[in-house]
Amino acid sequence: MHTDIEIVEAEQTSIDCTMADSTANSRTRDLDKLLLRPGHLIGPNFEPGPELRDDLQEYAKVLVIGAGGLGCELLKDLALSGFKNLEVIDMDRIEITNLNRQFLFRLEDVGKPKAEVAAKRVMERVSGVNIVPHFCRIEDKDLDFYSDFNIIALGLDSVEARSYINSVACSFLEYDSEDKPREETIKPMVDGGTEGFKGHARVIIPGVTPCFECTIWLFPPQVKFPLCTLAETPRTAAHCIEYAHLIKWDEVHNGKAFDPDNPEHMQWVYTEALKRAELFGIPGVTYSLTQGVVKNIIPAIASTNAIISAACTLETLKIASGCSKTLSNYMSYNGVEGVHVKVTEFVRDKDCLVCGSGVLIELDASVTLKKFINLLEDHPNLHLSKASVTHQGKNLYMQAPPVLEEMTRSNLTRPLFDLMGQVARDTVHVTGMMSKNDKKMSGLRKLRVVFKGVDGVADMDSAGSA
Amino acid sequence: MAEPKTKYDRQLRIWGEQGQAALEKASVCLLNCGPTGSETLKNLVLGGIGSITVVDGSKVDVGDLGNNFMVDESSVGESKAKCVCTFLQELNAAVKARFIDEYPEKLIEMKPSFFSEFTLVVATQLPERSMVNLDRICRDANVMLVFARSYGLTGVVRLSVKEHTVIESKPDHFLDDLRLNNPWLELKRFSESIDMNVPDPVAHKHIPYVVILIKMAEEWAKSHNGSLPSTREEKKEFKDLLKSKMIGLDEDNYKEAVDASFKLFAPRGINSNLRQILDDNCAEVDSRSSDFWVLVAALKEFIFNEGGGEAPVEGSIPDMTSSTEHYVSLQKIYQAKAEADILVMELRVRNILKKIGRDPDSISKMTIKSFCKNARKLTVCRYRLVGEEFSSPSLPELQKYLTDEDYSMAVGFYILLRAVDRFAANLNSFPGQFDGEMDEDVSRLKSITVGLLTELGCNSSILTEDLINEMCRFGAAELHAVAAFIGGIASQEVIKLITKQFVPICGTFIFNGIDHKSQILCL
Ligand SMILES: [Zn+2]
Repeated sequence: MHTDIEIVEAEQTSIDCTMADSTANSRTRDLDKLLLRPGHLIGPNFEPGPELRDDLQEYAKVLVIGAGGLGCELLKDLALSGFKNLEVIDMDRIEITNLNRQFLFRLEDVGKPKAEVAAKRVMERVSGVNIVPHFCRIEDKDLDFYSDFNIIALGLDSVEARSYINSVACSFLEYDSEDKPREETIKPMVDGGTEGFKGHARVIIPGVTPCFECTIWLFPPQVKFPLCTLAETPRTAAHCIEYAHLIKWDEVHNGKAFDPDNPEHMQWVYTEALKRAELFGIPGVTYSLTQGVVKNIIPAIASTNAIISAACTLETLKIASGCSKTLSNYMSYNGVEGVHVKVTEFVRDKDCLVCGSGVLIELDASVTLKKFINLLEDHPNLHLSKASVTHQGKNLYMQAPPVLEEMTRSNLTRPLFDLMGQVARDTVHVTGMMSKNDKKMSGLRKLRVVFKGVDGVADMDSAGSA
Repeated sequence: MAEPKTKYDRQLRIWGEQGQAALEKASVCLLNCGPTGSETLKNLVLGGIGSITVVDGSKVDVGDLGNNFMVDESSVGESKAKCVCTFLQELNAAVKARFIDEYPEKLIEMKPSFFSEFTLVVATQLPERSMVNLDRICRDANVMLVFARSYGLTGVVRLSVKEHTVIESKPDHFLDDLRLNNPWLELKRFSESIDMNVPDPVAHKHIPYVVILIKMAEEWAKSHNGSLPSTREEKKEFKDLLKSKMIGLDEDNYKEAVDASFKLFAPRGINSNLRQILDDNCAEVDSRSSDFWVLVAALKEFIFNEGGGEAPVEGSIPDMTSSTEHYVSLQKIYQAKAEADILVMELRVRNILKKIGRDPDSISKMTIKSFCKNARKLTVCRYRLVGEEFSSPSLPELQKYLTDEDYSMAVGFYILLRAVDRFAANLNSFPGQFDGEMDEDVSRLKSITVGLLTELGCNSSILTEDLINEMCRFGAAELHAVAAFIGGIASQEVIKLITKQFVPICGTFIFNGIDHKSQILCL
């Protein structure tokens, strides 16, 4: 294997004059201009040449999160931008309303897992590309899975999922003694999002540029109607719909959960909303609006997804190769009135719990794992319940699946100090449920655990950096 | 539910049934189906465009496999137009797809009448000379035209239509049409009927802010010679007065009134954008005028007569803290006024149509209604012929861009995209297209660029060496990601032109794939 590469390289140098022709006629005809030639407006580590192109194909691994509107485009764009090792993760199945933009899916695919169909279609058309699909939730994969990728591309539509992946990518980050991020622990992300004619693309280099959590205010929590408005002073069609959906349903269906994907349930809400609207003289309740309000449907079109995914792919290529300067670090796009592209350089939150050096927790050496887990729930900055704990890739305690829970249960009564190999200080990763804005969501946090009185030097050190 | 409607649900929420119907009626012709062209069409086919015609005379070669998703290994050596067309048809059976295995330049030179059958032509990767010729052909045939081009890490999208008028411009943020500073009789009466000092605290906190502001404005005007707050001090004083009327801390309606008081302070009458449209020469209508301008002529009469300086009332109001009863009453008052205004407008429209010798019923009631509802947001876009722009761009604008840091890279690419076409016209290949002559190409491109700038009257300005070098490095590469971006923008603009909704790009969009500071240049 090794000698093969050497032979190829030797040949390339000896027949330099014919390279122009072979390049002009190869699959990488266009990409080679960017990857093989020196440039003037480039990234810091750009080393142009055929090796760069080949390394990109052979070694760069990119994970695409989401196989929806953005994900389909991302997979196609990456496959045609020099990447050959791709994986994609998505828990959803194909629906008919996806077909106006998710171009890898056909009518006969409705009901099949998105990740699997998307991977298959791209591999069919772009030979040499390997795409591994994962039909599951992002939380189902462990840290080892995510650590395997060079870059993670996010094509998501929810704040919670972005937040989770962000915490995963940032969990790998380590800082050196001068508080500089260690290059080899940085897991870059590119993130895209769209809504109608609007969207954003951003580059997240943990420890260098702001992470998703540093700028969480870019995603303000959704405004909900006050219950008293719904119950007492409805004024709009949406008020009538939410009354039927949130109040009337429970009154009538003692305990049966509302299922937004059940057309009969939706029809019931629509009919009730219509009755209420008539009662109060409120116009505008339609079936389409009912679906929109209840499912919080975000309008979506092919063109915006194409634009945002293309920007994300270009940045992925730049991060991986250095072939051009990168976006620094947030691009917003608006195509409602002409086209407005705005680049904003956001700054890191120095106190960010996610991309910082980790929350410092001081413990007595006698504290058991169980007590540690309880402590996380009450911790003012964490509020992390049902925590699972890993240390150096080893599961100390896992809440799920049952097999792992049983295997790790006996650790609960042992001191954490012993479980961590009696070191004075080290990093542990905890996953669990966090509450934010009254919402429960999965989260991952990196903690710097320091054991009191075990090592005097460690104590002083931590006091200095805190 | 029927399949097609469900399939388009997420876009119907943006451009509605009418927009969709316009798309389904449209026929679009694509010139050159490299990645830029085929990605443009892909987005349109998914959205349900009526029909597409793919024109390209080239055969698929191995290089195409690396940047075009719509060709695959089995298609090497075959007609590119045919392969792309076949793939696009797979995406949506409702679209009529056909291809023509011919070079676009040839059609432009030999058969200009070919283009007149289309609603719109998307011309990709065309050199300057063909662009200029095609533009004239389409302008004469009244066919809309969108140019799109990807070139290394840059690209361009430019529309060309004689005139594009938009009724439903659907802006993101637009001031509500509440007439707080100029209420009509019924609205005033309704406000008067509500007691601001109602003792019941529940009733007090459910008085809509519209009523609060109208009543308080009247009170203020009485003690201020009939005028409303105008200075900063007066506005603050007015807001304090509002706050003083609160009887509880939880009165959201008063908080909304304070927040919305700027709507009261806004000047009466129409905005400058609408004034410009009213003053347009086209508002003097005759039998050749379009419906849009007939409607503008009627609007002009309305504003100077019944409107008392104002456009027709829009009729819808935003949600606000209120009892259901008050809110519904307010809604009805605004709606009734809007309908009355529409009736007046309709009469004026019919009269004008009669006067200019057209069928008085040739503009539908629905159109008049929509026009009235959007009267404050009308938009008119006019495009120069690209040939005119190329030979005499607006010099002050060009110089402004060349010296403005935010624009310098974009305008640099604009100039260089023209320079590479001159290069190719002289030397039969683009700078850096082939390895080995990079240094010569850089200096050749540089001198062509200097020559071009001098011709345009900007001799003092010189583009940076870095940018010229990058342009040579690009070597006319059509990178897939850049093509997908440009194709995305181009298809979006096609949708805006065909649906006549939203506002299309009124200038030249220059993509900057280096730091993403893309810009629109109005030359
Ligand atoms: Zn952060």
